[in-house]
Amino acid sequence: MTERWLVAMSGGVDSSVAAALLARAGHEVVGVTMDLGSGREAAVAGSKRCCGLPDADDAREVAAALGIRHYTANYRDEFEREVVAPFVAEYAAGRTPIPCIACNRVLKFDLLLRRAEALGARGVATGHYARIDRAPGGGLGLFRPRDRAKDQTYFLFDLPRSVLDRVAFPLGGLEKRDVRALARELGLATAEKPESQGLCFVPDGDVRGALARLAPGHARAPGPIAARDGPVLGEHTGAAGFTPGQRRGLGLAGGPWYVAEVRTAENTVLVARGEELRASRVRVENASWLDGAPPEGPVRAAVRYRHQTVSARVRPTSGGGAELDFAEPVWAPAPGQAAVVWDAADERVLGGGWIAAAG
Amino acid sequence: MEPIYLDHNASAPLRPEALRAFAAAAAGTFGNASSAHAFGAEARAVLSRARRQVATLAGVAPETIVFTSGATESNNTVFRALGSGAHAVVCATEHPSVLEEAAALRVRGPRVTLLEVGRDGRVDPARFAAALAPGTALASVALANHETGVIQPIAELAELAAARGVRFHCDAAQALGKLPLGLRAWPVDWASFSAHKLGGPKGIGALYVRPGAPFEALLRGGAHERGRRAGTENVPAVAGFGAACEAAGAALDGEAKRVAELRDALWAGIARAVPDAVRNGSHEHVLPHVLDVSFPGVSGEALVEALDLEHVAVSTGAACHSGSTEPSPVLLAMGVPDALARAALRMSLGPTTTRAQLQRVLELLPALVARVRRARAA
Repeated sequence: MTERWLVAMSGGVDSSVAAALLARAGHEVVGVTMDLGSGREAAVAGSKRCCGLPDADDAREVAAALGIRHYTANYRDEFEREVVAPFVAEYAAGRTPIPCIACNRVLKFDLLLRRAEALGARGVATGHYARIDRAPGGGLGLFRPRDRAKDQTYFLFDLPRSVLDRVAFPLGGLEKRDVRALARELGLATAEKPESQGLCFVPDGDVRGALARLAPGHARAPGPIAARDGPVLGEHTGAAGFTPGQRRGLGLAGGPWYVAEVRTAENTVLVARGEELRASRVRVENASWLDGAPPEGPVRAAVRYRHQTVSARVRPTSGGGAELDFAEPVWAPAPGQAAVVWDAADERVLGGGWIAAAG
Repeated sequence: MEPIYLDHNASAPLRPEALRAFAAAAAGTFGNASSAHAFGAEARAVLSRARRQVATLAGVAPETIVFTSGATESNNTVFRALGSGAHAVVCATEHPSVLEEAAALRVRGPRVTLLEVGRDGRVDPARFAAALAPGTALASVALANHETGVIQPIAELAELAAARGVRFHCDAAQALGKLPLGLRAWPVDWASFSAHKLGGPKGIGALYVRPGAPFEALLRGGAHERGRRAGTENVPAVAGFGAACEAAGAALDGEAKRVAELRDALWAGIARAVPDAVRNGSHEHVLPHVLDVSFPGVSGEALVEALDLEHVAVSTGAACHSGSTEPSPVLLAMGVPDALARAALRMSLGPTTTRAQLQRVLELLPALVARVRRARAA
């Protein structure tokens, strides 16, 4: 049956092919590029790559080639409020945020989903590498994609289950190389476009530089880098922006040293030797579970994107949090990152929470 | 489903007369109008005829009309000629091709006063007079607004400016062919026109330069257009512009009455079906074919898309550089609250608009407004 689908088109090859696949399946596809505005512009100022408007032009060109409608939608204020401002605030508080997760939940799978409804569309499709399929207990579940190297389920762990029947991930069953091949076959302008890396509004990966541009008012005073047990080993130019487990940029002798803790209130970065950073347990807050309740029994979990999962158990705590006990220690869990949980088969996303502290 | 086009303020479909004149000149009149030979003379004859046609519709003498690439170039030409110590008074609801020039002026030195408008979109003549200062070199107010269609009391404003020795520019891009114009009778020094807004080709327009008004060419390098605009004339486009002016002029009285009735019926229908809809701008001093309405609780951007998917083309009136929509700066300048400025829809009718088309819009619109509202509240 022909359905109207809204496709979030970033101007990259993945969402281009997602749109093409739905169109080829006979659906009425409406491409929408989100104009995320000044937050991005400010952060990419001075960088050669600009992720803002040229990408909308690419998306428009692909849409024209596919013969589908395309709109550019203004979500500047929402992106600033829901993604950029919390990103700055989290770093200021000494945490390590992952803005992509909020962008997915709020921008793509809430605001854009509402726009789909406003436009009479069945739902929102994106170029994410993830799958939606029948869950064992009934209903729909979120699963790892066929291409494990491109797996983006970590960034989707807190989607409410209620949206899954209005979301489509057309690339879930494909390998990335097939996606590129399809883009070439269709002659799409984005077929050879390089992968976007890292955060869209920090394309050069320089988080500390981006923080300086996004929050010029923030103090970036020099402060001590100290070992956990006391001695000052060096100096930094502002604690915000460091992340636990980080090794580069410390400039310390007698290493290797790793960031163990960021205390922005005291403008202090604490460092430790490698093994001390491993943790057998994390405490998470604002947990969300796709099945409506925390999983009982053994699960798989990871505390950062691209980390190998380890066996774990989840113990709910009061106030909507949980403790995760790992069968083997995990490397440098960072407050502000997500601890994401899959089923024991490591296939289906069960949910997760935001890391408050290790141990 | 046959598409319904209600965005004539953005661009109007080419009139058949304009297409014929354009095609005839493009196919047959290839000579350079500056050439001495017969081919040049033929091109000059085409230009001359079109100049008369444009001048007649504007109510001015043919030799006061300078062909340009459009109203943007015409507006730019007037502002670029201002000297650095000058002061300019510009209406806050002008088209970006005036407002951005005014902003650039500020950088170069001249002072600029942005003139406020009332909630009805109109300039208060007393306030206008008060903004004129010793040293004011230019006042610029559009005859009719590109978003709301609100018509300014140009004759009165121009008289006030003239009485103080202030030169007056009027952007008449939206008004030409929609209102009877007698520019000759007003102390307007310059006026800007665009062909494609009234069914002529794109990329062609004109600047009226009142006899005796100072003038400095924007483009130099030839004696074209009496030295006022260098560059080989776009003869086919000029021919199309002229023919469009003649056709629009011939139909003007009857057509203005016809579309005003259609527009009023459309508004009555909307007001019935969506009782909290708010019509923006003066209901009295407004172009006959324009209707600007805010639907509280609706994203105008989403409503434009929803209508487009039902084959009805309208606009929010304000597109930003990336193609997404900003809250309309015109409505904000009128004191319309931000939420309502983001909820606006501009419908501009034209010669091909029919009662049946508007009936279809009235059948669709209430349900779409309700759907967009529901989705937003979800």
